[in-house]
Amino acid sequence: MIVVNGLTKSYGSTDAIRDLSFSVKKGEIVGFLGPNGAGKSTTMRILCGYLPADAGEVRIAGFDIFSQSIKARSRIGYLPENVPLYTEMRVGEYLSYRASLKGVRPRRIAEKVEDALELCNLRHVGRQLIGTLSKGYRQRVGLADALVNEPDILILDEPTIGLDPNQIRDIRNLIKSLATRHTILLSSHILSEVEMTCSRVMILNKGRIVATGTPAELRERTGFPLSGAIHLELLAPESAAAQILSQLPGIASVCALGKNGDWTNLEITPASGDPRVVIFEEIVRQGWKLRELSARETSLEEVFTSLVGPSAKISLAPASLTK
Amino acid sequence: MRVFWTLWKREVASAFHTPMAWIILFFLLLVTGFNFYAGVSALNHGPTEVTVVESFFNTIFFWFSFLLLFPLLTMRLFSEEYRSGTIEPLMTAPVRDAQVVLAKFFGVLFLYCVLWLPTLLYFVIFWWQTRIQAAGALGAYFGAYLLLLLMGAFYLSIGCLCSSLTRHQITAAVMSFCLISLVFFASLLTFLSGSIGTLMRSISISFSPIDQMTEFSRGLYDTRPIIWYFVMTGLSLFLTLQSFQSRRWR
Repeated sequence: MIVVNGLTKSYGSTDAIRDLSFSVKKGEIVGFLGPNGAGKSTTMRILCGYLPADAGEVRIAGFDIFSQSIKARSRIGYLPENVPLYTEMRVGEYLSYRASLKGVRPRRIAEKVEDALELCNLRHVGRQLIGTLSKGYRQRVGLADALVNEPDILILDEPTIGLDPNQIRDIRNLIKSLATRHTILLSSHILSEVEMTCSRVMILNKGRIVATGTPAELRERTGFPLSGAIHLELLAPESAAAQILSQLPGIASVCALGKNGDWTNLEITPASGDPRVVIFEEIVRQGWKLRELSARETSLEEVFTSLVGPSAKISLAPASLTK
Repeated sequence: MRVFWTLWKREVASAFHTPMAWIILFFLLLVTGFNFYAGVSALNHGPTEVTVVESFFNTIFFWFSFLLLFPLLTMRLFSEEYRSGTIEPLMTAPVRDAQVVLAKFFGVLFLYCVLWLPTLLYFVIFWWQTRIQAAGALGAYFGAYLLLLLMGAFYLSIGCLCSSLTRHQITAAVMSFCLISLVFFASLLTFLSGSIGTLMRSISISFSPIDQMTEFSRGLYDTRPIIWYFVMTGLSLFLTLQSFQSRRWR
């Protein structure tokens, strides 16, 4: 659906994106991930035909975005960052205007606008002035605008930025539900969001793609499917348990954390891979009682940091709020 | 064509959805109303050389409010879209640059025509009250309003050009006011220099809006200014399109 080849764009002497190539297949939800200034918005603006590229090729549903711009653009629904809207128009009126602009036939406009209002849960504000709406509603109006002519491709630039946790959840569910009918490319600098909604992730840093794959693939690539320690709570003599478990394969060290009542707390650092099954089997063989065996999976945050370095700051707050 | 009408309708609707158009309309009617009153009361003091149409359209009151009108009408056209970012959804829709420029121009031209419509009432009332033959001189009215339309189209297109150059409405307004004043008062250059040739003098007089209005408001139509305004409007819209497209590589 989207094919990008050798895309390059610079603003003056600074390169926004350099030699970017990727493709998005029909029905995929692909997430663009990167710190602020990585080139996400620039790439999306080029894909939508808003900005020209310095070099490279973009094909949208088979049409070249530069030479067949009108045809290519009519297949895209675009939600720009910060969702600029005409504040003096009413929601329904704005969507009718946009539908007409995007070539929806006059007889079908009312019906399509109704569908978009329904889908984005906007029906009750259909007659309200856009200027009086809250940020969350404006975001939904922007999304309804992107959807109104049922384009093949949706390009959403930071669709959940500036929303509260409930609104983020709503928008995220909406995007997921749209995936059956549309190919979606969305950008975000919030990792958990991309992890939750996207089937594939592209990590962008300083205008280049540094990694691409499913969230699970990216996690594996770092070599540590588990990060940090495995936590154990069991009914067993502390020193004996530590001694026996540390001899198991795949375990680097065992550290006793003291007792919680009768229960022994241990922290195990894995050497490589995931030794949880081995630990469990050993505990069963020894006949100990176990009430906790937990490990944290590598989050995309860690994958990201390992790829682009710790200097690239990633926002974590909204992620922890909504998990 | 459908895209053009959709854009045009939004332009017109947005002008009337904001208080700007109503405020301009109110003050324009205030100034022209006073102007009309002054013209009629001048007639009461004795015979004059000018007709009521001419005394309405060719006074300092009239021209002053006339020149101020264009920056106010056009400054928001493009600048507002640049500043608020709505240009981005607009230009990522399947819309051509020329359609946007033409829709904005014809939208504001329509608004401009609507602003002048109520002034026709003055003359209707005048004719109805006085019943004098000169008050019903259709040729004079038609000439005056035709010149108003042609000059308006040209000055509005200058306003479009200025607005397409910047994201700041005030900058656009100042630029267009200066440019329009320059064009409007170009003929006054003849007063500065006595040594100017008679050919230059006659050229500059035929481009002088004040002299043109003197003729048109007496019902004397000259085709030269008509063609001049058509060509200049086209030229300035062409420049607007170029400036609008330049946002891609700026």
